[in-house]
Amino acid sequence: MEIIMSVVIGFLFMAAVYLMLSKSLIRIIIGTGLLSHGAHLLILTMGGLGGTAPPVVADGVSISDYVDPLPQALILTAIVISFAVTSFFLVLAYRSYQELGTDNVNLMRGTEDND
Amino acid sequence: MRTNDVMLQTATKVVTFIILMFAVHIFFAGHYTPGGGFVGGLLTASAIVLLMLAYDIETVKKIIPFNYVMMTATGLLLALGTASASIFFNVPFFTHAYDYFDLPLWGKTSLHSAALFDLGVYLVVVGVTMTIIQTIGEDE
Amino acid sequence: MINLLLFPVLIPLLFAAILLFFPKNIRMQRTFAAIGAGLALVAVLFLIAKVKTDGIQAVTLGSWDAPFGITMVSDLFSALLVLSATIITLFIIFYSFPTIGAEREQSFYYPAVLFLLTGVNGAFTTGDIFNLFVFFEVLLMSSYMLIVHGGEKPQLRETIKYLLVNVISSALFVSAVAFLYSVTGTLNMADLAVKIPQIEATGILTVIAVMFLMVFGFKAAIFPLYFWLPGAYHAPPTPILALFGALLTKVGVYAIMRTYTLFFTMNTDFTHELLAIIAILTILAGCIGALAYFDVKKIIIYNIIIAVGVILFGVSQLNEAGVDGAIFYLIHDMLIKAALFFLVGIVAVIFGTSNLRQMGGLMKTHPFLGWVYLITAFGLAGIPPLSGFPGKLLIVQGGFEGPHFWGSIVVLATSLLVLLSAIRIFIYAFWGEPVETVPLKKSTYRQMLIPSVLLVAITVFIGVGAELFMPLINGAGEVLLNPSIYIDAVLKE
Repeated sequence: MEIIMSVVIGFLFMAAVYLMLSKSLIRIIIGTGLLSHGAHLLILTMGGLGGTAPPVVADGVSISDYVDPLPQALILTAIVISFAVTSFFLVLAYRSYQELGTDNVNLMRGTEDND
Repeated sequence: MRTNDVMLQTATKVVTFIILMFAVHIFFAGHYTPGGGFVGGLLTASAIVLLMLAYDIETVKKIIPFNYVMMTATGLLLALGTASASIFFNVPFFTHAYDYFDLPLWGKTSLHSAALFDLGVYLVVVGVTMTIIQTIGEDE
Repeated sequence: MINLLLFPVLIPLLFAAILLFFPKNIRMQRTFAAIGAGLALVAVLFLIAKVKTDGIQAVTLGSWDAPFGITMVSDLFSALLVLSATIITLFIIFYSFPTIGAEREQSFYYPAVLFLLTGVNGAFTTGDIFNLFVFFEVLLMSSYMLIVHGGEKPQLRETIKYLLVNVISSALFVSAVAFLYSVTGTLNMADLAVKIPQIEATGILTVIAVMFLMVFGFKAAIFPLYFWLPGAYHAPPTPILALFGALLTKVGVYAIMRTYTLFFTMNTDFTHELLAIIAILTILAGCIGALAYFDVKKIIIYNIIIAVGVILFGVSQLNEAGVDGAIFYLIHDMLIKAALFFLVGIVAVIFGTSNLRQMGGLMKTHPFLGWVYLITAFGLAGIPPLSGFPGKLLIVQGGFEGPHFWGSIVVLATSLLVLLSAIRIFIYAFWGEPVETVPLKKSTYRQMLIPSVLLVAITVFIGVGAELFMPLINGAGEVLLNPSIYIDAVLKE
């Protein structure tokens, strides 16, 4: 299972890098989204995918075989943060498209005669 | 341009309330089972966004006349205040308190200070999400 | 009061939340922002007194015992940095009154500054590596908002790059945390310090250590990851620039110092050697930039990069002199960078441009500003008895005692280049034929000058009275060099 997951994570990272290297701003944003998804899956996988019972002390849950709760808590936090950052990035992209009149990052170079 | 969106508008009238009720359910379910303020807040925001899609921003503003920045600030203060209450009892920050009460209608219920914190989270999430969407949506 | 160490984090957060309620009322915004930062400053002073007498303070959030819950730890090192950060923020709030403009003040400028202070203080205080990530994101979110605040074209353009770089470094941070968790099974820093020496497979840990160096290096702007910094910092107005220049990179430096002294010490032959080489390369790259530009802001911005290199070189030596020097230089650099940005901000306002070639003759019209700038420039270069000297002296001594004596020679030689780059501003802007200046109201000038002069006075006091502060610095360095003190304080029960 971990092997399959690592292939999936690698694929997400690959797609993210490909998208982030393109010139269109919206593709770059989708790329950052995929990148954080890959990182979140990585936490889940690295915590170990073993365990079948939920991580709560209740009837019918054996304490010998429960899911590691920490990666889940970490992922939730990381997802919330990447949600906030992605939405900020979208607003920023929209504003700069209005102000700068382009979504091509090649035309956004900051040189001294291109202000 | 005026499009024919009778179907969307009619469906929205029903679906919005279903989503809102589900949001409330999810919010309270967060006590012992999956759910909580963040998911509930996102669901509520999605209901409002659906209204905005079916009608337009001005109408929705009339229906729900909230200032979402204020909402965020209120939520932040509520969450911070709940967490800070532990300072006055000289226990570590974020320490929560809970007890079981016999309430009419509900019977034996556990009340938890974390629910107040979650309410703050709920308000922050709705406030922030709606602020972002309004920022993009307002200038057509 | 077991929660005392959280007050410098919570007070700015509380005041930022309150400030969100009345964005349009400038007077209330200013008052509450200043009160918030001021109260946080009082809290830090109490905290330092408490840490000095009672030792390291630790609190476990939500009463979940370490290492299971999140621990917040305040030792002398973090308390001193929290103090410097709070002082600087307070001065920046005062400096913002005349400079930032009513329009920005009415669109959540002060809340963003206070949120940034929350993130910075939290990052300095936390004792949990994932919580460090969360506080990094808090301060990054506010920094995104501040850097684009006002929405001018260069700001929008540079924010996109800044945001992209930081999103990538955040994803790397999460991945590095994931690897660390899978190898050690814990994320509490004290617990990591216990567990890491027990692991025999140091190869994978070295990889993780280098990953963390990259993550923090993006924030701290080390060679070759500093490429985003000059452009991004040049875009926003001076008070925001001063805030970023003084605080943001230093959080990355702090994170490197903490992790590379507390637990990534299993393979120092490789990791700390690498850190020393990178530090020296950072200094050299910064020097090239500082001498190449004719823009006052750019010159000081490249000096940030030089200082990062000097501090990290001190840390990489892992001996008492090097680490003490790094701590002293870190605090000195936070204060002096803020003061320098304040002063060049005034100069840029007077001339209406930040291009050195269009300046000149300021000594005739504003002699006091000239002398204050000269003192600050000498302090930056480390001329005794000013505040840059003791730190740099200790770092150089650490280099000679440690394995990298050649690094100390570079640090000494580049001090001259730093001096040259700062004096170049003095020569071009203050000497020569007077050029036409933008008329500036006397009261505005005074409002800008007073916070700057006070900040310079503080740096001079730190330099002249270095002997007074050395017990504090030594105490901070002792914890960094003996992780067992830190571990015992956190995992005491």
